[in-house]
Parts: sequence; C-alpha cells; structure tokens
Amino acid sequence: MRNPGINVLSIGLVRAVPAGLAAVAAGVGLAVLIRRAVGAPGWNPGPVLAVGTLTGILAYMVALGAFNYWVRWILAGKRPEEAETKTDLPRWARYFSFDLDHKVIGVQYLVTALIMLLFGVTLGFLMRYELTSPGRTIMGPNMYNHIMSLHGINQIAMILIGVSGLMNFLLPLMLGARDMPFPRLNAFSYWLLPPAGALLFASLPAGGFDTGWTVYPPLSVQAPLGMQFMILAVYLVGLSSILGGINFLTLVFKGRAPGMSLFRMPIFGWASMATSLLQMTFTQFIGMSFLMVLLERLVGMAFFVPSSGGNVVLYQHLFWFYSHPAVYVFVLPGFGIISEIIPVFSRKPIFGYAAVGLSSLGIAIGGSLVWAHHMFAAGMEPWLRIPIMITTVLVAVPTGVKVFAWISTMWMGKIRLETPMLFASTAIAVFLIGGLTGVPLGIVPADLYVTDTYYIVGHFHHTMFGGFVFPLMAAIYYWFPKVTGRFMNERLGRVHWAIMTTGFFTTFLPFFWLGLNGLRRRVYDYDPSDPFQTLNIVSTVGAGLLVTSFFLVAINIITSAIWGLRAGANPWRAKTLEWQVASPAPDENFETPPRVVDTPYGYGRPGSVHAIMSTGGAEGDN
Amino acid sequence: MKKHLMALAAITAVGTAVLAYLFLTKQITPARASSQAHDVDRLFSVLFAIASFFLVLCLGGLVYSLIFFRRRKGDESDGPAMFGHAPLEVTWTLVPLAIVIVLAIIGAFVLQSVTAAPKEELDVRVSAFQFGWQFNYPNEGLQTNELRLPIGQPVRFTLTSRDVIHDFWVPEFRIKEDAVPGMETTLRITPDRLGDYWALCNELCGIGHAYMRAPVKVVTQEQYRSWIEGLKKEKGS
Repeated sequence: MRNPGINVLSIGLVRAVPAGLAAVAAGVGLAVLIRRAVGAPGWNPGPVLAVGTLTGILAYMVALGAFNYWVRWILAGKRPEEAETKTDLPRWARYFSFDLDHKVIGVQYLVTALIMLLFGVTLGFLMRYELTSPGRTIMGPNMYNHIMSLHGINQIAMILIGVSGLMNFLLPLMLGARDMPFPRLNAFSYWLLPPAGALLFASLPAGGFDTGWTVYPPLSVQAPLGMQFMILAVYLVGLSSILGGINFLTLVFKGRAPGMSLFRMPIFGWASMATSLLQMTFTQFIGMSFLMVLLERLVGMAFFVPSSGGNVVLYQHLFWFYSHPAVYVFVLPGFGIISEIIPVFSRKPIFGYAAVGLSSLGIAIGGSLVWAHHMFAAGMEPWLRIPIMITTVLVAVPTGVKVFAWISTMWMGKIRLETPMLFASTAIAVFLIGGLTGVPLGIVPADLYVTDTYYIVGHFHHTMFGGFVFPLMAAIYYWFPKVTGRFMNERLGRVHWAIMTTGFFTTFLPFFWLGLNGLRRRVYDYDPSDPFQTLNIVSTVGAGLLVTSFFLVAINIITSAIWGLRAGANPWRAKTLEWQVASPAPDENFETPPRVVDTPYGYGRPGSVHAIMSTGGAEGDN
Repeated sequence: MKKHLMALAAITAVGTAVLAYLFLTKQITPARASSQAHDVDRLFSVLFAIASFFLVLCLGGLVYSLIFFRRRKGDESDGPAMFGHAPLEVTWTLVPLAIVIVLAIIGAFVLQSVTAAPKEELDVRVSAFQFGWQFNYPNEGLQTNELRLPIGQPVRFTLTSRDVIHDFWVPEFRIKEDAVPGMETTLRITPDRLGDYWALCNELCGIGHAYMRAPVKVVTQEQYRSWIEGLKKEKGS
C-alpha cells in the first residue's frame, strides 16, 4: 500500500485541512477587527464564526486544488492543454485528493455516506434508549432535542450524499460514457461535503440546535449557535446537490453511448434523470429558506418572525417546496436499483419497461405539487387542503405501477436468493408498508389526527429504508465486485440481512400503533400512565439490532475489500454495460465506446445482447 | 401459470378478508370523545381496509415468488421472456387511480363534516406559550389554565401563540391544529364523552415540549355552569 516515494503534500486533503483551519482563524480575527473598527463589541460568536466558516471553506477548496484548472485558464487566457489528471498518485491517495475520475468520486461519496450513516444510526439509538423509560433515562431534554435534530438532518444529508455516490459510480458506466460531462464540477461537488460533515459534527459542541431538521422559525431564530453550523452545512450539501443534478442530467441527455436511445437505458438511468431534475430544480428553495433564517438570526432581517413583521407559514411553504420533492430524490435512485437487481436475479426482463421508466418522471412531476400536505394542520390557507390532497394521492399511482412491475418481474422467474436479491426484495416489502401507510396522510381529516405523531415517524422510516437504505445495501452487495474486484462475504451478508430486517421491523412497526394511540413525535418523555413503555422497549431492542447490522456491513466491506473472493467481470450474468468491462472497473471505462443494440433486459430471449463491446472488456469468464 | 395465479388470488381474498375485518371491527385508537373522532376513526378503518387488499396482494405476490419461483440447483437458464402485458399494466394504473380519487372524494366529505360550523358555538380562545396553555372564555370573561367543556356543545377554538409554533391536540378528540404566532387558527370540536383528557402540544417548541399539556374535562351542562359560576364568584371576591 504505502509508497515511500510519495510527497504527502501532493495529497489534496493534507494541504486543505490545515489551510482551512488557518483561514477560519484568520476570518474570525478579521471579523473581530472590523467589528471593533466600527465600534461594535469585538466578540459575537454568530457573525464572527459565520465569516470564519466562509473564509475557511474557501481556503480549503483553494488548497485542495479545486480552482487550479480554472485559474490557469484565466491566467493563460486560453483553455489549458493538458488536463491535470493526477494518475501519478497511488490509488489510495487519489481518494484523499481532488481526483476527476467518477469512480473515485463515487467511492468518496459512498464512504462519506456510510460514515454519516453509522453516526446517524448511533444518534437514533441514543434517542430510542432515552425513551425506554418515562423520565430521564440517559440524558436531559435539551440533549435529547439536539440529538434528535442532528439525527434528522444528518440522515437527510447522508441520503443525498449516498444517492450522488451511487449515481456517480454507476451512471457513466451504465450509459457507456467515459466520465461525467463536467468532471471538475463533479469533484468540486464532492469536496464541498467534508466541510459540511465537519460543520454538522461540530454543531453539537457549538451548542446544538433543537428545531428538528425542519428548522421552523421562530424556534430556529432563537436556537443556539449550533443552528448556524447546521444551516451552513445544509447550504454546502444543497450546493453540491444542485451541481450534481446539472452534471447527471447532462450525462443522461448528452453522454449516452451510440445506439443507447432513452428507451434502451437501464431503469436506473430514468431514475437518475428524474432525481437530477428534482435536485436541480428544487434545492434552491431550501437554500433560500435556510439563508433567510440565517439572515434573520445574524442581522435581524424580518422574514418569518411575526413580532418583527414576518410570517411563519411562509417559511413552511418555502421549506416544503424543496423538502417534499427531496424525498423523491431520496427514493427514486433506490427504485432504480431495485429495478436493476430484480431482473438479474429473477432471470426475467423488467415487466413493463416503459411504464417503470416513465413512472419515475411521473413521480417527480407529481411529487413537485404536493408540498403543502405537510402543512394541513399548520394554519395555511384552508382552500389549499383539497387540491393538495388530490395531487398527493395521485402520486400513489406511479409508485404502485413500480411495485406491481417488480412483483410481476419476479413472478414465474428463476430466482436466485443471494444477498443483493434478499435486500432488494425486502426493500419492496418495506416500501410497500411505507407507501400504504402514507395514503391516510394524504387524506386531510385522517392526517389531522396522526400528523406529528409516531405514526408519521413510522411511515417515513419505512419509505426511507424501503426507498433508500435497503436498496443501498442491495447495491453495495451487488456492485462491490465492480468497485473492488472482490465479492462481499456472502455468509456475513446473510447474517447482516437477517439482523437488519428483524431489527428494522421490530423498531418501526410499533411506531404505527404508538402514533395511533397518541404518542407525539419528537417528545423527550411520556407519562408513566401512558401505555407506551412496553412498545418503546421493544422498539429500542430492535434499534439495537439495526445499529449492529450497520456495523456488520461496515466490517464486511472492509474485510471483503482486502480478503474477499475474487470476482470476474460479470459474476451475476447481468446485461447492463458496467458488467461488460473488467472488475474492478478500469481507469478508462471503455477502450472504445460500446455500441448499444438492444434492451438491457433481454433475459429469456435467445442471443439477446445489450451492446456490442468493440475490444477488450469482459475477459471471458462470467 | 394459471395454478399460481389462482393461489395468489386465494391468498389475497382470504388475507384481505381477515385484515379488513379486523380493521373494520377492532378499535386500535384511544377512546373517542368527540363527534369528529367517530368520523376520523371510520375513515381510518375504511382506508386501512382498502390498504389491506394491496398489502396482501403485493406482499403475497412477493413472498409467493420467493418461495415458488426459486431457481433449481444447476439451472443456469433464463425465465420466460415476459416483457410486459399492456392490459394488465393499464389495469393496475387505472384501478388504483380510481380508488385514490374515490378516497380523496370521501376525504373531502369527511373534512367538510369535521370542520363544519354549527350555529350555536361555544367560543374558547386558546393562547399557547412556552410551555403551557391559557384558555379564555370570552363570553364569560374568564381565563383559566384548564379546559372544561360541556358535553354535546360544539366548541370553536381560536388558537394563537405568544412565542413559537405550538399545536393544540387532545388525542381523544382526534383532529388538531397549530397555534401560530402572529395569526389565529380555528379548530372545531364537539365533545361527546364525559371524562378527563389532556391537551398536548404537538409541535416541537423547545426544551419543555414533552411536558406542555393542560387538563381537559368534558362535563355535563350543569357541572359546566356551576364551574363557570364558581370561577366568576372567585374572581369577583
């Protein structure tokens, strides 16, 4: 592994972290001096640290080398001849540098997401543990609120990052492209995230925030300093998400291999198209609403707090205008993954390709018009309730189309129940429960009962696990050979699946009953006379299993990357393009562009191939 | 093929019947203490009964496939090349579409019923703050920290907040509404069951959120009047 000849300063992160920290100090110092000069008291943590954060991020990106190419271009007055692809760095060092290869960036994203996932589920377990008995169990109400809020936004950021990681690694390979259309922008998008993660982690020692991930004012305007850290972190994640959306959308429309018409794309391509469209169109709204809260906190601008002339319901409209479409950003790629894995392991074509592909767009478009169903009880205009109820329940239709299609794909198939298939089929079951329990939430009078109870918490954990976490696990087991050239350990994988599935249902099925019986969400405590304790204990035991399962997969990833069984180019006998090149995927994806001639799902049709690979590529074995 | 479809149909029919029966007959919610609660619970029963059909159909199809359509050992061949089936796909688009539209229409009627404004309403103004409630009976000129309501009397709550967003919820009354600073919101409840309940804050409002509650008593008309008179006397003295 270790190359004695390597200059540590050629690793981007080694330069960027000290530069960033020094610039934070410089920015803070500068802000204090300016404040003194204008006669204000020098130290005021909010504005001073805001300046420090911005200078820190800028210096970190500069030291990382994110701007090198663009600066050289400006200085030379013409586009630099040779691209600075840092292939002289050893492989491991590329993961810590501003590398342009989409496969490196994809792994960077996914590892970041997994670290945040482990952090987030640990926070979740602490919350669950607190609720095993009435009164104080392990922490006070303030700490509980901070941990609950951080758990929420950490998982949201984790999912956005994980989604980008999956699309980064897979999409160029699946569509037969050399790389992303804008590789520098792609690396730039990723490298915004480590400071975002650092800000999120730092928000807790900085005083935390107690608003949940929704940041509703006026509470968020009064919240401690940690709120500002969180807002800036979300801003970075959002910027990364917008830039990523532009990149992926361009890839889908302009980067496909010859012969790959839109209707010859793998379903994951349609899912990515719909997700990117949402990311690019709607992320601005959360950025704007959070920025307005930040400005209200820092300089007293009056947007939302009524005592200074603002309107709190306005915030909720702006916030949900992104944050509802965002849940489709989270689940559409997962649907794409399920749609890839089910046919391969059932040895049958995806049932109703066009409907499955187009329903992603249907969900994206429909999902853009339902934001106010989060606000049925929020004091919004009453006339909005019925139109939003109708659009909301309509989204069930394209979602149902997908579920029916997956099951029909498996029907009469020749199913191999290996780990990717175990996770993919469990994802369908979990999402099904999430989807069906969501229908009452769209029907206004039913929602007025269960909104803001544990019923909601149960519902969205089912959709997030069924739409993202279980598919992510399926994806890890399925594509691991393409990333590392090795299999994940199958036996440990099955154990992981069994513990995770048991843990999941034990944790989250009780939530529906708890919510219907009046347990409010986001509460630190309940009354000893309430009938809630038993199921809270059951749920916490489940959460223990669930957290354990995530550490198991982390162990499996690390050990399999080193000692796993070697995998050939196409170990699952799949037809999509990424399996037609060697494992691990070579630096240059395709020596010459593949020529796509048919659907990627021609299972059962004799002699069907998705594409003709000109040279090299899959070396014999499958 | 036909045999398997028949099996799935049987599983779906039996499973749906059992689940729907349970949802329609068993109460899985707390006591119903308002006329709105009966509407909401009936709606839930119908929604869950319909959902149980889709749950059993899909879960049944999934598990059935995983059990009966497994690859035989050593069989490396593909399954049948079924790329789709247009009439089936149209069916599973249009039938759910029709069902959700009907559900939305039912929802609209129930919404109409639980928010309808009857003629003779008791006005109660609710003022929320971190972390408590204050109730104002404007017709009596009284302010209290607990809520007493006469049974069978439609009540109009006018909600507001003095600081951050709160939410007024008595689980036994079912429906809830946010108490929002800077504006007034309305919630209509007709209590129809005597008893002691709690009004809870249902919107995260800070460190004391879990403990933000006030006692609610639904009492007879006579008890209500004498309570009001007692308070007035107390105030006068």
